[in-house]
Amino acid sequence: MEDAPRLDVRGLAKSFVLHTQGGVTLDVFRDLDLQVFAGECVALQGPSGSGKSSLIRLLYGNYVSAAGEILVRHNGQMVDVAAADPHVVLDVRRRTMGYVSQFLRVIPRVPALQVVAEPLRARGVPQATAEAEAGEMLAQFNIPKALWSLAPATFSGGEQQRVNLARGFIIDYPVLLLDEPTASLDAANRDVVVAMIRQAIRRGAAIIGIFHDSTVRDAVASRIVDVTSLGAAA
Amino acid sequence: MTVATLEPTERSRRADQDAADAVAAADAGPLLKAAGISHFYGARAGCENVSLELRSGEVLGIVGESGSGKTTLLNCLAARLRPASGQLAYRLTTGRTVDVYGLSEAERRRLTRTDWGFVHQNPRDGLRMAVSAGANVGERLMAVGARHYGDIRDQVTDWLTRVEMDLERMDDLPSTFSGGMQQRVQIARNLVSQPRLVFMDEPTGGLDVSVQARLLDLLRGLTNDLGLAAVIVTHDLAVARLLSHRLMVMRQGRVVEHGLTDQVLDDPQDAYSQLLVSSVLQT
Ligand SMILES: Nc1ncnc2c1ncn2[C@@H]1O[C@H](COP(=O)(O)OP(=O)(O)OP(=O)(O)O)[C@@H](O)[C@H]1O
Ligand SMILES: Nc1ncnc2c1ncn2[C@@H]1O[C@H](COP(=O)(O)OP(=O)(O)OP(=O)(O)O)[C@@H](O)[C@H]1O
Ligand SMILES: [Mg+2]
Ligand SMILES: [Mg+2]
Repeated sequence: MEDAPRLDVRGLAKSFVLHTQGGVTLDVFRDLDLQVFAGECVALQGPSGSGKSSLIRLLYGNYVSAAGEILVRHNGQMVDVAAADPHVVLDVRRRTMGYVSQFLRVIPRVPALQVVAEPLRARGVPQATAEAEAGEMLAQFNIPKALWSLAPATFSGGEQQRVNLARGFIIDYPVLLLDEPTASLDAANRDVVVAMIRQAIRRGAAIIGIFHDSTVRDAVASRIVDVTSLGAAA
Repeated sequence: MTVATLEPTERSRRADQDAADAVAAADAGPLLKAAGISHFYGARAGCENVSLELRSGEVLGIVGESGSGKTTLLNCLAARLRPASGQLAYRLTTGRTVDVYGLSEAERRRLTRTDWGFVHQNPRDGLRMAVSAGANVGERLMAVGARHYGDIRDQVTDWLTRVEMDLERMDDLPSTFSGGMQQRVQIARNLVSQPRLVFMDEPTGGLDVSVQARLLDLLRGLTNDLGLAAVIVTHDLAVARLLSHRLMVMRQGRVVEHGLTDQVLDDPQDAYSQLLVSSVLQT
C-alpha cells in the first residue's frame, strides 16, 4: 500500500449563505479532517442533514468550501480541488475522481450505451472501443441488451441508477465517490454493486461512500466514520 | 453473477495514452483569452470589465437576465463589435497568438471565416434569405476553399441531416421555413466548415425539445472529438448544465459569478445567481 493518502482533507468548512432567504447563514461543519488511502473504502455516517452529501460534493468540486484544503493526488501531484482552476478540476474529474450520485442526469435523447460510453469518449477513447466497454458494463449491471439503444428517460428508477453506476465504474478511477449508489436497487443488483465496489478496492481505488443500507455498508466498508466526529458541527 | 475485467494490456495502454494526453493538454494553453472587455452604449454600459479564457474542447455558458449584456459580450468576443477597452488574444492553428482587435479588417474577416462560427439569436441575421437552405450551408464551404461540387453537396446533405432537416426542403428559401427550421439551417451553416470556435446566441431558442436534445448531443460530440470550443448564451439553465463546462452569470453588464457549471448551479455564491437558480424549476 502507498504511504501517502490519495485524498487529504484539512480544516474543511462548509456553510451556505442563503441570500434569497434574508441572508441566513447555515453552518454545516468546520475543521473537518479526513485522509483516505488507496485500497480502502470509507463509509460516511451521520444523521440526516449532518453534511454527508455536502462533503462528497465538496470533494468533487461541486460545492464551494468556506475554508480548508481538499488535496487529491492527480497525475502524480497533490491538487487542491478547493482552490484549483475549473479546467484543472475538470481534468481531475476526467482522470482521477469519479462520482456516482443518486440520480442520473443526461441529455434527453441519448441512448444508454452512449451515456455509459461518454466518460471514455471525453478521454479521447475511440467510439467503437468505448461502446464495446459500455456494453460490457451494462451487461454486468444486468441492463437487458434491448434497452441499450434507448434513452434512459423512460427507464425505471432502478434501471436508471444502474446506468448511472455503469457510467461511474467504466473508468478505473483512483478515487471514487458514491452517494447512496444502491438506494433504488433490488437485492440481486445490490450484490452486483457490492462486487464492483470490492473489485475497485482490490485494484487500489480510494473510495468514500454513503451507504444507508447496512448490509451494503458492512460488505464494503473498511472504515466507518461519523461526519459529526470528523470536525466540529458548526 | 460474475464480474469480468478488461484485459490488463488494454488498461495499461490507456494509462500510457492518458499520461501523454495530460501532458499535451497542459501544454495547449487558452485558445481565446479576453481581458478587461468593456463596451458602452452612450453612457450606459453594455458589458463591463469582463475577462475570460477558453480552451479547445471547452464550452463556456453565459446566462443572465434580459438586458444583462450577454449579446454585447458575445459580439465583443467574436470581434463583431470593437469594445471601448479590453484585449482579445486568439491562438491560431500554427500556434501563434494574434491580437484580434489589432488585426486589419481583411485579416479579421479571414480569421472569422476560416476559424470561427457565429449563430445569431435571430436566424434571419445569420442566413441569406434570398438563397436556398442548401446554398446557405454550401456557400460556407466555398468560402473556405471547397470547389468540388459533389463533395460540397455531400457535406451539405450530411449536415442538414445531422440537424434533422427534411432534405426535401433543401432547395427552398429559408424565408418559407419556421423559426426552428431556420435556426437549424443557421447552425448547419456555421458548423459545416469545421470551425475551431463557435459563438452561439440562444441557439436552442425556437427549437422543440426533441430537436434541442439532438443538437446538444451533436455539439457535445464535436467538442469531445474535434476539440471544438464554444461560447453559448442561453436563458435555459438545463441547456447550460448539459452543454457547458463553465458558466458565467451576468447582471447589469457585469459578471457576478463564474465557475464550473455544476458548482454555479448547485451551490451559487452570489445573491443574484441564487435568485436565478431558485426561480426555475429544477431539472
Ligand atoms: N445546495 C444547498 N443549498 C443550501 N443548503 C444546502 C445545500 N445542500 C445541502 N444543504 C444543507 O446542508 C445541510 C447538510 O445537507 P446534506 O445533504 O449534506 O446532508 P446529508 O448528511 O447528506 O443528509 P441525508 O442523510 O438526509 O442525505 C442540510 O441542512 C441541507 O439543507
Ligand atoms: N445597439 C445598442 N444601442 C444602445 N443600447 C444597446 C444596444 N444594444 C444593446 N443595448 C443595451 O445594452 C444592454 C445589454 O444588451 P444586450 O443585448 O447585450 O443584452 P442581453 O443580455 O443579450 O439581453 P437578451 O437576453 O434580452 O438578449 C441593454 O440595456 C440594451 O438595451
Ligand atoms: Mg445525503
Ligand atoms: Mg441577447
